[in-house]
Amino acid sequence: MNKTKSSQFFAKNSQLLIPLIAILLLVIFNLFRDPGFFSVSIAANNNGDPVLQGNLISILNGASELVILSMGMTLVTAASGGQDISVGALAAIAGSVFVKVLKGGAITGGTVFLAFAMCCVVAMLFGAFNGSLVSFFRIQPMIATLILFTCGRSVAYWINGGATPTVESPIINAIGSFIPGIPIPTPILIVILMGILFALLFRFTTLGLYVQTVGINQGAARLNGINAVGIKLLSFVMLGACCAVAGMIGVSRLGLINHETLLINIEMDAILAVAIGGNNLGGGKFKMLGSVLGAYAIQALTITLYSMKVPSTDVKAYKAVVIIILVAMGSPVVKDAMGRLFKKTGGSAGAGKEAA
Amino acid sequence: MRKLSALLLALAMVLALAACGGQQTATPAAEPAAPAATTPAAPADTTPATPATPEPAAPAAPAESGGAIKVGVVNNPPSESGYREANVNDFISVFTADNGYDAKFFYSIKNDEQLSAARQFITDGVDYLLISAAETTGWDAVLKDAQDAGTRVFLFDRMIDCDKSLFEAAVVSNMANEGDTAVNWLLAQNLPEYNVVHIQGAMGSDAQIGRTGALDAQFASGKMKKVVQQTATWDEAEAKKIVESVINSGEPFNVIYAENDGMAKGAVAALDEAGITHGVDKDVVVMGFDCNKWALRELLAGNWNYDGQCSPFQAQVISDMIQTLEGGGSISGLNDAKQIISVEKGFDARELTQADIDTYGLGE
Repeated sequence: MNKTKSSQFFAKNSQLLIPLIAILLLVIFNLFRDPGFFSVSIAANNNGDPVLQGNLISILNGASELVILSMGMTLVTAASGGQDISVGALAAIAGSVFVKVLKGGAITGGTVFLAFAMCCVVAMLFGAFNGSLVSFFRIQPMIATLILFTCGRSVAYWINGGATPTVESPIINAIGSFIPGIPIPTPILIVILMGILFALLFRFTTLGLYVQTVGINQGAARLNGINAVGIKLLSFVMLGACCAVAGMIGVSRLGLINHETLLINIEMDAILAVAIGGNNLGGGKFKMLGSVLGAYAIQALTITLYSMKVPSTDVKAYKAVVIIILVAMGSPVVKDAMGRLFKKTGGSAGAGKEAA
Repeated sequence: MRKLSALLLALAMVLALAACGGQQTATPAAEPAAPAATTPAAPADTTPATPATPEPAAPAAPAESGGAIKVGVVNNPPSESGYREANVNDFISVFTADNGYDAKFFYSIKNDEQLSAARQFITDGVDYLLISAAETTGWDAVLKDAQDAGTRVFLFDRMIDCDKSLFEAAVVSNMANEGDTAVNWLLAQNLPEYNVVHIQGAMGSDAQIGRTGALDAQFASGKMKKVVQQTATWDEAEAKKIVESVINSGEPFNVIYAENDGMAKGAVAALDEAGITHGVDKDVVVMGFDCNKWALRELLAGNWNYDGQCSPFQAQVISDMIQTLEGGGSISGLNDAKQIISVEKGFDARELTQADIDTYGLGE
């Protein structure tokens, strides 16, 4: 009885296997290398507040922006069957707007909220711009978002002018680092909040189902009364909101915006997270949890490479090798082969097929 | 139906182009691109601080005596970096009407646009052409044209691969100097031991190579110990992650050598979260580069120890040389490659003053 239940769970969530295996491998590898790698301790920071420390916290904290972006990217991928490559540039624009508003006057709770609201609105407008190109004009998502990818960081420069404007405030520090008295880094809390929001959204609305339907067959979705164009547009607008949150966290970490380097190349990692999460990059069915796990796997890999002291010239090559293995593991060919292996050994059959 | 969709698609493409173009023209970076290629006067109008003193365009340049000295400046756009912003502002503030110049400016990161702008400057009959080239090659023909037209050329910031008879002088930085200055300062601190966390810029960039070289020599000689050497590709947040991983490993370190201010700030954020003190007479020595004003303020507050700078201020040196030539003198003090090497600055937190910040700080 118990066995069938667990096999049912795996059949339903088999796409989560790849990111889980990736994380597990990294964990085992690191434990062999350094048994204390994942130890977490609590110590006082320079403000005298107790905070959590350790590689585990670094991974969870450092992945925050990537996790949030990959949540939005999952939606866009599922609905449009393509990817948004402008998320890094858009986050830089959102961060610039955030800084611009804060620099307008004294930094209080109210102005920070206003700044966040403003950068959300701007990022969602840019998201709508991308979304309308994709949904109304049916341009390939990658081509449509190439526009913002190309000029987004210039727009971000244009908002503030200087190369690296700074904002100093305990409130900003609380958003990007620690809230005094709470030992968990705030970005982790924001990720949890975003996760809950998305979970509620999928639980209480039909958005998830509609997104999948549009992604699988737009024509059929339309015939069933689903506004396909609207759903696609909505997914891009929501990704825009994710960019705003990620941009705000990125700026708040150091109280500084560098329009050229803020979340640079993160679009590729976000797409990768979606892929490692076992989601079909051609759209349709999706599991947001897979992308989230994929994002943490990528960050764990980066931190592992740092702590292994891989020479700076070789980091990208090492990363590439691991990613090739992960992506190959998730490919249909390997999945089918594993499925056949399961059948032979009497495990749950066709698990891979169902997810694919 | 097919026609309609084709029409829509065409419209979309036009819109896309328009959107792209629209945003680009709003950016100072690409601003002068299209129009300026034919009329270098255009960018001068768009640069707020430029003296707008259009002289009647006399085709044959009346050199010296009387009128303002006509100067054409070909540079990279200020949006490139804080360094470039300071560099551009430096030239705008030195080559003013008050100082006796009629200066026109052109900015592009594209070599071909720079080349056509330089040609246009020569056609317009400028007396002096000042160039910071986007690429080192392809300039021979234009520089020969300049020579034939009697336009004298100065290079600044970046060298060009060409015969050195084609220009008067080049005011450039020796990137290695910057690293040497910083490392010599570090050695002069006489720390009992040097356990260095070295955060590098984008691998292969001029600044990274110059700032890494001197420190690598110390690692090789064994005078300093390399705790970690990793690239954060100029990314502040990545620098923080790197330092976090060092802290988590428990390995002791007492120097952070970050190859720009942003990455130093990232490193310091990691120290703050871990409760490690930093700055003057504290546990960890923090070193950065670029001398942004906000970074120098950190120095003044004693939170950081050192900030080095690749000097973006070349305008005054060139202006002095032009005045010498105008007065009939000849330029002296050049090396074999006809270069003047800029003096690189390095600020010690204990000696820094507010006046230094106002004079040398970049940005706001």
